[in-house]
Amino acid sequence: MRKPSALGRVYMVLIFSFMYVPIAVMAFFSFNASKSRSVFTGFTLSWYKNLFRDEMILSALGISLIIALVASVIATVLGTMASIGIHSMHKATRSVIMNISYMPVINPEIITGVSMMLLFVVAKTWMGGKIFGIPTLMIAHITFCVPYVIFNVSPKLRQMDVRMWEAALDLGCTPTQAFFKVVLPEIMPAVLSSFLICLTYSIDDFIISYFTSGTVQTLPIAIYSMTRKKVSPEINALSTIMFVVILSIILLINARDSRKPKAESLRN
Amino acid sequence: MKLKSRICAAPYLVWMVAFIVAPLLMVVYFAFTDGSGHFTWTNLSGLSQYAPVFVRSILLAAIATVICLVLAYPLSFMLSRLRASKQRIMLMLVMLPMWMNFLLRTYAWMTMLEKNGLINRFFGLFGIGPFNMINTQGAVVLGMVYNYLPYMILPLYTIMVKIDDSLIEAAEDLGAGMFYKVTKVLLPLSLPGITTGITMVFVPSISTFIISRMLGGGGNLLIGDLIELQFLGNSYNYNLGSAMSLVLMVVVLLCMSLTNQLDSETKEGGVF
Repeated sequence: MRKPSALGRVYMVLIFSFMYVPIAVMAFFSFNASKSRSVFTGFTLSWYKNLFRDEMILSALGISLIIALVASVIATVLGTMASIGIHSMHKATRSVIMNISYMPVINPEIITGVSMMLLFVVAKTWMGGKIFGIPTLMIAHITFCVPYVIFNVSPKLRQMDVRMWEAALDLGCTPTQAFFKVVLPEIMPAVLSSFLICLTYSIDDFIISYFTSGTVQTLPIAIYSMTRKKVSPEINALSTIMFVVILSIILLINARDSRKPKAESLRN
Repeated sequence: MKLKSRICAAPYLVWMVAFIVAPLLMVVYFAFTDGSGHFTWTNLSGLSQYAPVFVRSILLAAIATVICLVLAYPLSFMLSRLRASKQRIMLMLVMLPMWMNFLLRTYAWMTMLEKNGLINRFFGLFGIGPFNMINTQGAVVLGMVYNYLPYMILPLYTIMVKIDDSLIEAAEDLGAGMFYKVTKVLLPLSLPGITTGITMVFVPSISTFIISRMLGGGGNLLIGDLIELQFLGNSYNYNLGSAMSLVLMVVVLLCMSLTNQLDSETKEGGVF
């Protein structure tokens, strides 16, 4: 391993400051007594208090969490089933399905959003009624989540030894039993990690939700309408809270992961 | 047995056709029809008046992509040569801002670039400025670079970790200077990472409408803004919006096939 030169260190510090100074500035001014975003006039927590009293933000957070949870569960089940089905298909069929599944991943998000909006608009003129809102959001979120599940679970299935499944059947398992006792435990890590990926993508998504939400506000949409108001220091408070939450989650995961190899080496 | 497990994919296949294939066909249908459903070319041919916006989008996105590549390349190399424990921490530092909503990140710059924002105040200490920074094309590029820099760093880092140090040392032993070490060894070996990084930065940059709206004011519209205006804004013309989306899709696909071509020339696999 080579040690970075002094110049290299300076460069690294510069890039990381570029990435973190804006976040630090926001956090700093979230405690600012005045609405100014460049002069610090005194310490206050009132923006945080306002935030927790803000009905719009709280209900948006609730909607975001519900949609993320439900959409992730459905997407994970749908995607895992799809991976299993695709796994036993012919190569040509499989690659066609995989390529179509790639579309929401490679397409710009705005196109995915707009195309789904068109579909819902057409569906609305056919069926009538109010469909824009939670149902359309749910469909959209499931749709852009499932491909990530498939791309996570499929490689795991390919790694699995088919003979384990066959052995289970030979030993008298029904296919269903064999699936739950042999296949599922094997692919469980991939299923869980895809569930987490779905959760984060769903909570964070703005563009696709923006086109498919009608008048319902998810958290990112509420944030967007806050930024339109120009001066709203609650945003700084919200950013700071989100940053701290994300940071602690990542630190927790990291602490758990770094403990794991030690535990494994002890077991051996 | 095989047949049975194939049925598991049926619900997804229905879903895929209904919510991935059908919506995209809808875009094509709307792009080639007028308000009453008759076939027409006018949506696509009418796009020529928006050519400056398309050119501006491609240009700004390309500039942002190049800046990201130039900034990220040395950084990724340095990261890949750190001690393993340090690499973990640094990588987390790269990813951490990605998990924060990009609206909040862009908003942070909005407040800093303002006329009496922090940066102008800082310049004011030295008696220079105030500069007009917000609502310029520069601010839009800055926003793109800031938001998508991690997307460039990560694939580059992934490929650089795999490059063996002894290859660089061998080049040194054979008398290669800095220039040849980079152009003859490092660049060819890291090409798959470069192409992945380019698409991962270029695609969201060219299709953004938030960054241009928040940092570019009303004067620096991009394709994304135009599309958004047709669907949710004042212009309200699904057919025209679909035609624009179709063109954007073609631009993105072209960009991807171009970078893929670069990739296959080196006969290397992708990063992911």
